[in-house]
Amino acid sequence: MLLEINNLHANVEGNEILKGINLKVNAGEVHAIMGPNGSGKSTLASVLAGKEEYEVTEGEVLYNGKNLLELSTEDRAREGVFLAFQYPVEIPGVSNTNLLKTAVNEIRKYRGEEELDSMDFLSLLKEKSKLVELDQKFLSRAVNEGFSGGEKKRNEIFQMAVLNPKLSILDETDSGLDIDALRIVANGVNKLKTKENATIVVTHYQRLLDYIIPDFVHVLYKGKIVKSGGKELALELEEKGYDWVKSDKAEAVV
Amino acid sequence: MSTTETQKIEELANKEYKFGFVTDIEADTIPKGLNEDVIRQLSAKKQEPEWMTGWRLKAYRHWLTMEEPKWPNVKYPPVNYQEISYYSAPKSTPKYKSLDEVDPELLDTYKKLGISLDEQKMLAGVAVDAVFDSVSVATTFKGKLNEMGIIFCSFSEAVREHPELVKKYLGSVVPYTDNYYATLNSAVFSDGSFVYIPKGVRCPMELSTYFRINAANTGQFERTLIIADDNAYVSYLEGCTAPMRDENQLHAAVVELVALENSQIKYSTVQNWYPGDKDGKGGIYNFVTKRGACRGTNSKISWTQVETGSAITWKYPSCILQGDNSIGEFYSVAVTNNMQQADTGTKMIHLGKNTRSTIVSKGISAGRSNNSYRGLVKIGKKAEGARNFSQCDSLLLGDKCGAHTFPYLEINNPTAQVEHEATTSKIGEDQIFYLNQRGISTEDAVSLIVNGYCKEVFKELPMEFAVEAQKLLSISLEGSVG
Ligand SMILES: Nc1ncnc2c1ncn2[C@@H]1O[C@H](COP(=O)(O)OP(=O)(O)O)[C@@H](O)[C@H]1O
Ligand SMILES: [Mg+2]
Repeated sequence: MLLEINNLHANVEGNEILKGINLKVNAGEVHAIMGPNGSGKSTLASVLAGKEEYEVTEGEVLYNGKNLLELSTEDRAREGVFLAFQYPVEIPGVSNTNLLKTAVNEIRKYRGEEELDSMDFLSLLKEKSKLVELDQKFLSRAVNEGFSGGEKKRNEIFQMAVLNPKLSILDETDSGLDIDALRIVANGVNKLKTKENATIVVTHYQRLLDYIIPDFVHVLYKGKIVKSGGKELALELEEKGYDWVKSDKAEAVV
Repeated sequence: MSTTETQKIEELANKEYKFGFVTDIEADTIPKGLNEDVIRQLSAKKQEPEWMTGWRLKAYRHWLTMEEPKWPNVKYPPVNYQEISYYSAPKSTPKYKSLDEVDPELLDTYKKLGISLDEQKMLAGVAVDAVFDSVSVATTFKGKLNEMGIIFCSFSEAVREHPELVKKYLGSVVPYTDNYYATLNSAVFSDGSFVYIPKGVRCPMELSTYFRINAANTGQFERTLIIADDNAYVSYLEGCTAPMRDENQLHAAVVELVALENSQIKYSTVQNWYPGDKDGKGGIYNFVTKRGACRGTNSKISWTQVETGSAITWKYPSCILQGDNSIGEFYSVAVTNNMQQADTGTKMIHLGKNTRSTIVSKGISAGRSNNSYRGLVKIGKKAEGARNFSQCDSLLLGDKCGAHTFPYLEINNPTAQVEHEATTSKIGEDQIFYLNQRGISTEDAVSLIVNGYCKEVFKELPMEFAVEAQKLLSISLEGSVG
């Protein structure tokens, strides 16, 4: 099992946002987490990535058999957890290349591997930028600075491709993308899929799931997973709307 | 900021100053105190001609009539000028022909600082004139420069060997009456560097000096004079580190630059003096007067500085743009941490037609420090078509520090174009989280963000200096954000 979340509760500023999440993800699987705005999807992603302002009050998260919650944010990343942010931040003056070079080498150091030399690193960047059809000029531009919404999202997937994580969490990567960009991003994600890694796709539209076919769909509502099923659940949701889950919540499947 | 981050800040703020050690060399020192006799003694020890002694005395008499300025946005206990010793030279001077003759302990000090002369000698393209306390102890690459007619020597040597040049230009940019500290410097200056680039010569290497402050209670009064004659070019690098001290030490240097027709002077500083401990005890007071005169048409002077050290910095490298079409530039990164105080900036005085100036100032404050930018842009009556662009950014790390911007404008010609931009930002926890999530430690994340912020200034530094500056910045900000 790659990821196992048991009865996870989390607070922010004293308010309980996650109210007992249970989720199991195996290597090779794609899970979709859907739910209306404010239901706690980004909170879950942030807690998994290790954002400090979220306080875990109950429950546990096992990742590759390790207690994930005990690891620092950077060590989680070095262990292979990647979060594609819903709102990627701008870092003025720091080029994408510089960020990725630092990241790749710190991850390699953690794993006891040698640093990549510049030539190998640049060819890695080139190869991966093709995967998401990212123009080379983005490599030397400052991270996300002046990028359009879609470019930022594409850049997240590019970073994911370079860092080659085991568990990727994509938080609303589809929002702000036009249909072409959506296809490119989904295509990239599909190409990166292996038997060893897993992806959690967070979205509130089913649109993305036409391109990234999930093995499981979970509906998050008011801090709990109220329904889980196969990919047909997404279509059902699309058809009936979130009101259906809201009224149906009593029969929650966990 | 969360508690763990605050703890980390404190933990790292407590790291010791890496370069704090004192070299044990017997020093030849004039007893403490300041009066006309001390100045005569000092001048005699340096075997100076009478005109030089006379100039010092004039400055001293003027200094007695002046009052210490109160306006910089810094606070410090009064300096007792009678408690300072105005001359100190390592005993094993004077000049050495080769490094073998240099006191091994001195060489060892340089090694600890990572500026071993052996290495420097081999580093192609860099001539080193190392100032240890008050006297130059080694000068390299002289031969090659000599052939081109370039003069690069200690100030004392220039007074003896090139009196006509020194007489002509000394005090021509910073007169001995200029300000309290510059006047004091004019009276008691110890040593420094002298550079003259003859007409049409492009200096083929970066000229560089490393300053150190050593013997206890020794005030340092460096004097530097750089002249680029018509169509000449020179790039000069100044780097500093100082050993740990218990008492505050005064440093009042004067740097004068003269750029004649079509010439260019690039003056870069990386300043890393001991800033004091985390409570502000010890550390250097750095009250410096740096000024360049673009005398010739089409001349250009660029100041680039990276300031990470000193307990108190008070420094405004300035340009007087006399020649038509002349250009003044000021690129600065000033970092303050713990209890450091910096009041720094520039003055651009536009006198000639179509003169242009650019100011890029990046202040970074951390800990409980205070960082002020003070800039004056003055456009004279006859400066038709003068232009200035100023950009002053402040970056705050944590919430106990301060940043202040004081831009002054004096425009006496209606055709002038002056643009000023200012921003204040904080290193966002979101930025750090983002980088952490990519596997980058918080320390490296801060370093990346800060270096990104300073990029516009670093790109003005010569390559090898830029690398050093980045390292210094990381060292001085270690742990300032959780
Ligand atoms: N940093 C925060 N401070 C205060 N409230 C927050 C914070 N982050 C999230 N919340 C609240 O938690 C709830 C869930 O938010 P979020 O996880 O972003 O939902 P989703 O991603 O599903 O739209 C919302 O009510 C939101 O206002
Ligand atoms: Mg969200």
